[in-house]
Amino acid sequence: MHTSLTATARLILFSLYVISMLSTTATAESSSIVEAGGTQRTRRPIVTGTSVLGIKYRDGVMLASDTLCSYGTMAKYKDARRLVPVNPVTLVGGGGEYSDFQEVTALLKRNALEDKCTADSLYEEDNSVECAKEVWNYLRAVMYNRRNKMNPLWNDLVVAGFHIEGATKVPFLGLVDKIGTSYEDNVVATGFGSYLALPILREKWRPDLEEGEARALMEDCLRVLFYRDCRALNRIQIAKATSDGVLVSEPYEIDTSWDAASFVSPKGGLEGDGGW
Amino acid sequence: MSEFHGNSSLDEAPPGFSFDNCHRNAMIEQVAAKSNSVLPTATKTGTTIVGMVYKDGVVLGADTRATGGTEVCDKNCEKIHYMADNIYCCGAGTAADTEKTTEMISSQLELLRMNTKSPSRVVTACTLLKRMLFRYQGHISAALVLGGCDVSGPHVYQIYPHGSTGKLPYTTMGSGSLAAMSVFETEWRDDMSESEAVELVKKSILAGIFNDLGSGSSCDTCVIRMDGTTEVTRGAVAPNPVAPLRAAINRSSKLNIGKGTTPVLSTTFTPARVTLADVTVTEMEQ
Repeated sequence: MHTSLTATARLILFSLYVISMLSTTATAESSSIVEAGGTQRTRRPIVTGTSVLGIKYRDGVMLASDTLCSYGTMAKYKDARRLVPVNPVTLVGGGGEYSDFQEVTALLKRNALEDKCTADSLYEEDNSVECAKEVWNYLRAVMYNRRNKMNPLWNDLVVAGFHIEGATKVPFLGLVDKIGTSYEDNVVATGFGSYLALPILREKWRPDLEEGEARALMEDCLRVLFYRDCRALNRIQIAKATSDGVLVSEPYEIDTSWDAASFVSPKGGLEGDGGW
Repeated sequence: MSEFHGNSSLDEAPPGFSFDNCHRNAMIEQVAAKSNSVLPTATKTGTTIVGMVYKDGVVLGADTRATGGTEVCDKNCEKIHYMADNIYCCGAGTAADTEKTTEMISSQLELLRMNTKSPSRVVTACTLLKRMLFRYQGHISAALVLGGCDVSGPHVYQIYPHGSTGKLPYTTMGSGSLAAMSVFETEWRDDMSESEAVELVKKSILAGIFNDLGSGSSCDTCVIRMDGTTEVTRGAVAPNPVAPLRAAINRSSKLNIGKGTTPVLSTTFTPARVTLADVTVTEMEQ
């Protein structure tokens, strides 16, 4: 802002801002106890993203999530990007505390930049780019270390891309949670997605799913999540990692259906919650 | 109606809350804490239960695993309880609570049928259940899916331990309810046929069985039709049979003793001459 404020005016404005932030900082638990030595630890997430889904399909790996970050019960940021390409061959998706997710992606992007700048050659053939499995292993170490210091990065992270096995590229999909548990599978989901979407994904998964089928399956799961997860949104993003590289779609809305006759005018005519 | 006055079983408890056993439970917990013994956990039903309305009636489904803590207590328990010929109720939560609550309301419904000389309505069962559960303020841990057909149509209700109810075209309860609900939310439609509805219910229970650790074993279904017929199928889908596992155990052949191995030397038969009862009949005075 290029307004001509005096130094004292700026100071007053800043202190007013700080006071208002302190008074609106949330509720029941004290989330800002300052311990001996002036340190603080993460006790609970404040701005949160919900589920991230991942699925391997014929051409590679696909991730999906909605674009909502909630501030407690408020749907505050409706255009949050929770699927991020951290290097030209790897996608990372995150649920949980959004600021910690931004820290994680910033860290991974710094690593990618360093790899690029210190590579032996300017061309990509010398494998200076970290593959998805290396990113996944690195994240496991980061998350576990933070957990040991009782100051976790409060995220469930999904890593998607390829794993270089000798000369071949094999699709890779893995998950790392906030205490450093890591595993890989054909289908993964974080948060509410593990209860609502994983049963559908496990049932419908085949190794040779076409891109259109995989995308339709993801949309179905995100629709169910929008119906049944109180912190979900119907504005979604899909990302894919194929042997050609990584692509994140622009966000778009999925349609939902609320007009089933049985809900509008129930059979038997008795309305309300039943009984009295 | 004079028959109602003396009928105290419809109004079975005195008004107010009865927490008689809470004091006893507190004492038991104190004693257990001092002596470092482990209190036995109540048998819960873990559970996936579902109910849905289709074109000509309702279909209820349930898994068959009962857990006590992390142990499976019963691999094949029955979670679909009889309330009336046209009303059945699936129960999740503490097994004893669901069993006895549904039994109690079932007998109340029977007495009411005798008094009113007409078939029971699903909303009656729902009202009786919710009034009882609310009286106990959630201490009776019974989460129920009630379904049935009566003169006003097919109905499915969900009843929570604290006494709240919901009337819905489809519902799921229990620890596997999210897995089952994900199947319903993708595939349920208005006015499904009976075979489609039964398939959908089986699919949703299987989703609970395979994705939830509190649910398992097999799937029971119950179809209640508007024309008055009912069909309860125990083990409609049994994807976890125990017989092949048992057969794979190598037991000594000495344990399989065929008939006739022990030779019979002689046989005698003596009929018992015992007077079982002494019966005399006296006519009642008019």
